[in-house]
Amino acid sequence: MTTTVAAAAVGTATRAGVEVRLENLQRRYAGVTALDGLSLTMAPGELVALLGPSGCGKTTALRLVAGLEQADSGRVVVGGEDVTGQPTNKRDVGMVFQAYSLFPHLTAWQNVAFGLQMRKVDARQRRQRAGEMLELVGLSGFADRFAHQLSGGQQQRVALARALAIQPKVLLLDEPLSALDAKVRARLRDEIRRVQLEVGITTLFVSHDQEEALAIADRVGVMHSGRIEQLGPPTTIYSRPATPFVAEFVGLTNRLPGVVRGGEVDVRGSRLPLVQPDTADGPAIALVRPEAVSVASGGETAAAPLVGTVIATAFLGATSRVTIDLGDITVLAQLPTSEATALPAGTRVRIAIRADPVLISRDEAAPERA
Amino acid sequence: MTRARRLRLRVFRVIVLVLGGAFFLVPIGAMFEFSTRGNRVGAPRTLEAWTTIVTYPDLLGAIRDSLGLATITSVGMLVLLLPTMIWVRLRLPRLKRTIEFLCLLPLTIPAIVLVVGLSPVYRWMAINLVDTIFLLSFAYLILVLPFAYRALDAGLSAIDVKTLSEAARSLGAGWGTVMFRVIAPNMASALLNACLLSVALVLGEFTFANLLSYLNLQVEIFQLGLANAGTSIAVSVASLMFAFILLVILSFFGRPRKRVAPERTGLPYPIAAAGPR
Ligand SMILES: Nc1ncnc2c1ncn2[C@@H]1O[C@H](COP(=O)(O)OP(=O)(O)OP(=O)(O)O)[C@@H](O)[C@H]1O
Ligand SMILES: [Mg+2]
Repeated sequence: MTTTVAAAAVGTATRAGVEVRLENLQRRYAGVTALDGLSLTMAPGELVALLGPSGCGKTTALRLVAGLEQADSGRVVVGGEDVTGQPTNKRDVGMVFQAYSLFPHLTAWQNVAFGLQMRKVDARQRRQRAGEMLELVGLSGFADRFAHQLSGGQQQRVALARALAIQPKVLLLDEPLSALDAKVRARLRDEIRRVQLEVGITTLFVSHDQEEALAIADRVGVMHSGRIEQLGPPTTIYSRPATPFVAEFVGLTNRLPGVVRGGEVDVRGSRLPLVQPDTADGPAIALVRPEAVSVASGGETAAAPLVGTVIATAFLGATSRVTIDLGDITVLAQLPTSEATALPAGTRVRIAIRADPVLISRDEAAPERA
Repeated sequence: MTRARRLRLRVFRVIVLVLGGAFFLVPIGAMFEFSTRGNRVGAPRTLEAWTTIVTYPDLLGAIRDSLGLATITSVGMLVLLLPTMIWVRLRLPRLKRTIEFLCLLPLTIPAIVLVVGLSPVYRWMAINLVDTIFLLSFAYLILVLPFAYRALDAGLSAIDVKTLSEAARSLGAGWGTVMFRVIAPNMASALLNACLLSVALVLGEFTFANLLSYLNLQVEIFQLGLANAGTSIAVSVASLMFAFILLVILSFFGRPRKRVAPERTGLPYPIAAAGPR
């Protein structure tokens, strides 16, 4: 029932999404380059998540789109119109902040109606639209509550309704879930996605949580020192990372020493193809996903290239992550839990690495994880 | 907590309350007692000193002028300080120290020094512009700056000015709307604090007015005291009561309606209400 009402509410609120283009944005703060030529084109109605470690410039990018910060150079184009020089209040952006941002002196519906008041919508229509928006986020029973009478998750939902009430051209979300606990987070994440799809608004979502970004986005842009390192659908980002940085930032990765030779890398006798076949020969670190590692028990007997001992098992639900000691290094393998339970700690196992194309990392420094 | 301990705590509280109350009320009671004495030894109690307040022509004028000064000073203080402080907080955070220093400076300068510095300016204004007591509000503005600054700063620190104003801006609000419709309503009790501090300070001001030769309430009370001690004391008690009522109103309205850290809502300073400064 809720969905039909919500859909009806959206019927009046819908505005076809517009294309949003960030062109070569540069932003420096005294000595720090926050954005270093960031470019991104978002299709109408698309949800793009910017993912990256702390300090890589995600918030700065978002604030440039909102006009809360001015770019040193570059352009922001929304629906074909260059808005680079426009002040925030003329830009038609909806924004949800990381910090709770409801106006404390107004009730939920008054908060939602605030932007409409700024647009001189008459009182009766304001009240009605605010009601519809609260319905959309599933809070119609809370219209007369003040912010301090709402939970954190409810406050963020009202903030979302408030941002959407003005029918903005772009929706900007700066880690809107990071102040919430894990359960509420996951639920609200799906809620945001549902609302975004219903309204069809072009959305930029900032997160340093890879699970969140991969779950919600049409495309994910992984950022690294002020630039987008890789942009693509979540599955591509996860399974075919373009650079070592992306591979290590998104998901867990085994760093296995090997030798590059003739377009392949030899890791303890397993020959794996390379993502970039033109990599120069020589010793290197191969980045291997835990899912690409398979395990069989009874190591010694077979002529397996890699033999080790299970030292720990972490249950993640349907799958489990098994840590295997190979003597000089440890390897993580991700297995169905049913297989993993057959491998208690101490079991001698034989592992094999699937011949997926792998990335090579030559700089020892692992990226900082947020 | 044991019962005995709770009892002791209660007794302690009552004692403190009684002592504190006595400290404030005994002098006021004595003043009231004095103001109702008759003129001769053994004369019956009389409210004559009180009734002359209304009939004393200069006195009523002085009260009116002082209230006018208090109003002008409060409004001027808000107009000057509130936008400045919000702007500094949002756009020029590196100026915060400077502004704070400037605002607190008057605390460190003795009133007499200020007056000596200001008196040529006042003489010039009186001759070349208009000669009205309301010119004093310029000087009073300086005087209330430190107190008002503290009160407003506490109010601004209690809310997330940056996020609230950015949220409002993104919803289409201009800077005026941000200040008056978003920030100000959320620091109402701080605004009230600042205003009432200003009012209390102005109503109790003596040095400036006297040395610059203006007749405000306290100067009038002082001169009255030379001629008619009873009425002078009666007016003092009345102005103390007035300040007291203002403070009660403050604590009544200043009660946080919403979740505001309770320790932030009290007065930033104890104030010496309505005593000659
Ligand atoms: N107002 C500012 N003054 C100076 N430096 C700033 C300012 N804002 C951001 N920076 C710097 O710019 C860089 C990028 O900051 P930004 O806030 O965009 O990072 P972020 O990716 O959002 O990080 P986080 O995940 O921690 O929020 C950082 O190095 C930061 O220190
Ligand atoms: Mg950030």
